[in-house]
Amino acid sequence: MSLRTFKKGGVHPPEQKLSADRPIEQLALPPKVIIPLSQHIGAPATIMVAKGDHVRVGQLIAQSGGFVSANIHASASGTVESVEPVADGTGYRRPAITIAVAGDEWMEGIDRSPTLAHDPGLAPNDILARIAEAGIVGLGGATFPTHVKLTIPTGKQANILIINAVECEPYLTSDPRVMLERGPEIMEGIALLMRAIGVSRAVVGIENNKPDAIAHLEQLAHERSGVEVQPLRVKYPQGGEKMLIKAIMGREVPSGGLPIDVGAVVVNVGTALAVYEAVLKRKPMVERVVTVTGKSLQRPSNFMVRIGTPVSALIEAAGGLPNDTGKIISGGPMMGKALLSTDVAVTKGTSGIVVLPQPEALKQKPQTCIRCARCVSACPLGLEPYLFARLSQHGRFADMEVERVMDCMECGSCFYTCPARVSLLDYIKLGKNEVGALIRARNAKK
Amino acid sequence: MDNKQLAVSLSPHVQGPHTTQKLMLNVVLALMPAMAVSLFYFGIGTLIVTLISVGSCVLFEYLIQRFVLRVKPTVGDLSAVVTGIILAFNVPSNLPWYIVVLGALVAIGMAKMSFGGLGNNIFNPAIVARVFLLISFPVQMTSWPLPIESRLQYTDALTGATPLALLKEGLGKGQSVAQIDLPSHMDMFMGLMGGSLGEVSALALLIGMVWLLATRTITWHIPVSIIGTVLVLTGAMWLIAPDTHASPLFHLLTGGLLLGAIFMATDYVTSPMHPSGMWVYGIGIGLLTVVIRVWGSYPEGMSFAILIMNGAVPLINRYMKPKRFGERRADK
Repeated sequence: MSLRTFKKGGVHPPEQKLSADRPIEQLALPPKVIIPLSQHIGAPATIMVAKGDHVRVGQLIAQSGGFVSANIHASASGTVESVEPVADGTGYRRPAITIAVAGDEWMEGIDRSPTLAHDPGLAPNDILARIAEAGIVGLGGATFPTHVKLTIPTGKQANILIINAVECEPYLTSDPRVMLERGPEIMEGIALLMRAIGVSRAVVGIENNKPDAIAHLEQLAHERSGVEVQPLRVKYPQGGEKMLIKAIMGREVPSGGLPIDVGAVVVNVGTALAVYEAVLKRKPMVERVVTVTGKSLQRPSNFMVRIGTPVSALIEAAGGLPNDTGKIISGGPMMGKALLSTDVAVTKGTSGIVVLPQPEALKQKPQTCIRCARCVSACPLGLEPYLFARLSQHGRFADMEVERVMDCMECGSCFYTCPARVSLLDYIKLGKNEVGALIRARNAKK
Repeated sequence: MDNKQLAVSLSPHVQGPHTTQKLMLNVVLALMPAMAVSLFYFGIGTLIVTLISVGSCVLFEYLIQRFVLRVKPTVGDLSAVVTGIILAFNVPSNLPWYIVVLGALVAIGMAKMSFGGLGNNIFNPAIVARVFLLISFPVQMTSWPLPIESRLQYTDALTGATPLALLKEGLGKGQSVAQIDLPSHMDMFMGLMGGSLGEVSALALLIGMVWLLATRTITWHIPVSIIGTVLVLTGAMWLIAPDTHASPLFHLLTGGLLLGAIFMATDYVTSPMHPSGMWVYGIGIGLLTVVIRVWGSYPEGMSFAILIMNGAVPLINRYMKPKRFGERRADK
């Protein structure tokens, strides 16, 4: 099959998939898990337990706090130690539930056997209800509640399900590992998703630097009707929804619009597996696959980790923190967040932990923009990052809105490609923040 | 964890391989074939003029940043070296040293630093200096050493005229193109003709262009649009009136057209930011060059054309924008 990709812009950072051949290992339970109440986009969940309560794995401990929100379940059994705020990766203290772990006692009704379950013919609404109940969110990193994404707005219609198995971030390898090890389950998950949104066609987009995953899923897709695998040319940021839709369908999601505007629903491949487990095994989202990697790390690995496990436990299991560590990133190096400390917990959105050595950790000193236009050619959305930087420096935020700064998905291709090392994305983020405030003020007046 | 110092910053956390210095170094390397040809044809004059030009450009940039602007000098980015070489390439190899130094002062002091230094100047510094010298020292700036014969002489070199000057003079006297004694196309392709020390060899300049394109230092849009426009316009005139108009090939090989199209019009700072704008800019330069060459009082028009279009770049950037992803027609 011919390779596809999105047309304009994009960059090719070195892939660094150090842990690509490491099978997923189950990480031991930590003595304590810290479960934040806001692990998803939308309203934080409402706490349902009190200090001293005994909880079991899979027990609902915080309930979805609005339409766009998600349930949160205990990821370990034991006693609720506190319901006080705990500092997260950014250093801010945020509401969380801390559980002192004792044993590994699961709720009844959760099927933990490896036997492949088949869809008994559930109605779309039942599928959605089970997904919502299990607190499934997008595992690619954006953590948008999955049941909300699958609820098609009135007046719109879905024609295609796109499974995002691109993993275009350098270093991260959880998607290909899941595809190689849990292929049949993913296929069941895809069938459930197709039923839930009422489409007869699903396309799995995989970049062609993962030939084994492509071959494996192609073979499995053969037995299914309506499911195809589309190999894609390696190009960052192909894992962005808009880019993936462009690559696979050749259509552009309108500015300010959603994938459903072109009839598409995009779901991460790891999420498809979680959907299978939630719907057919009744297993809530209590664990996820996390890649722990870095050039100086002894054993770059892929771990199955309980939500709430401290990052330090993951790094220990991968051989300990190297002496030359300069930066620890939650997520990939292009869009991930730098962590202040390793005490923070793994959440539903933690796709990887990347440890960068000292020399690479610091950004190079910014020089003057030489107007080489590389950022303009690199921007996949047709924006002008150099102009945003200038406008942002001068506080001209209204002009930034006119130039469509809110379209920016913060992929960072502009900064990656800038020879003068201008902090383009920092200026853009500042601008988006200010423009967001302008828009809110305008809406409040209406 | 122990008291390890962790760096915290916004994403992305990795940066690409290009730096300003590497890009400038690519330009310097791309200029080397033309440099070698010039050393072969004009010998000692090329050497003296280039060294003085590069040396004084770097020195002026350093002195102005250090003592006038009181900032940390950035001569390490090599941009002043590029300006120095290109300025030297734009003057005759017998130009007295003090005129070269004056040119460097105009390029760096007036055209570059007074606008705020690298990245902020509107006009290409080397071309501003060249035009300044052409107007201020018309005699010295239009006496062209003969190639090969004057290799061992500097200011005392034997001089002749450029092919474009010969053409203009001959046509002025009422001669037809065929009657004018012009160098062969092969000689002009190799660089065996009078002219500024770096502009003569089309072959060497084209090798430089291949390097710039292969290393992705520049894109093809500007050189192709300029050269294409000149070929189309001069080709049309030549087909209509071959007696009074030289062939498009002649125009392509003379008057620094390739030097300008490949190395001067593509200067990052003074050229547009988007391919559509580059087309407008390139076509404008090609058009103005032909107009000045054919109807103007100067035999060659590349420098003036680039300067005029430099001035239009902010306007071009304002209107020639990339197509936004997912833009709806109604939004425009």
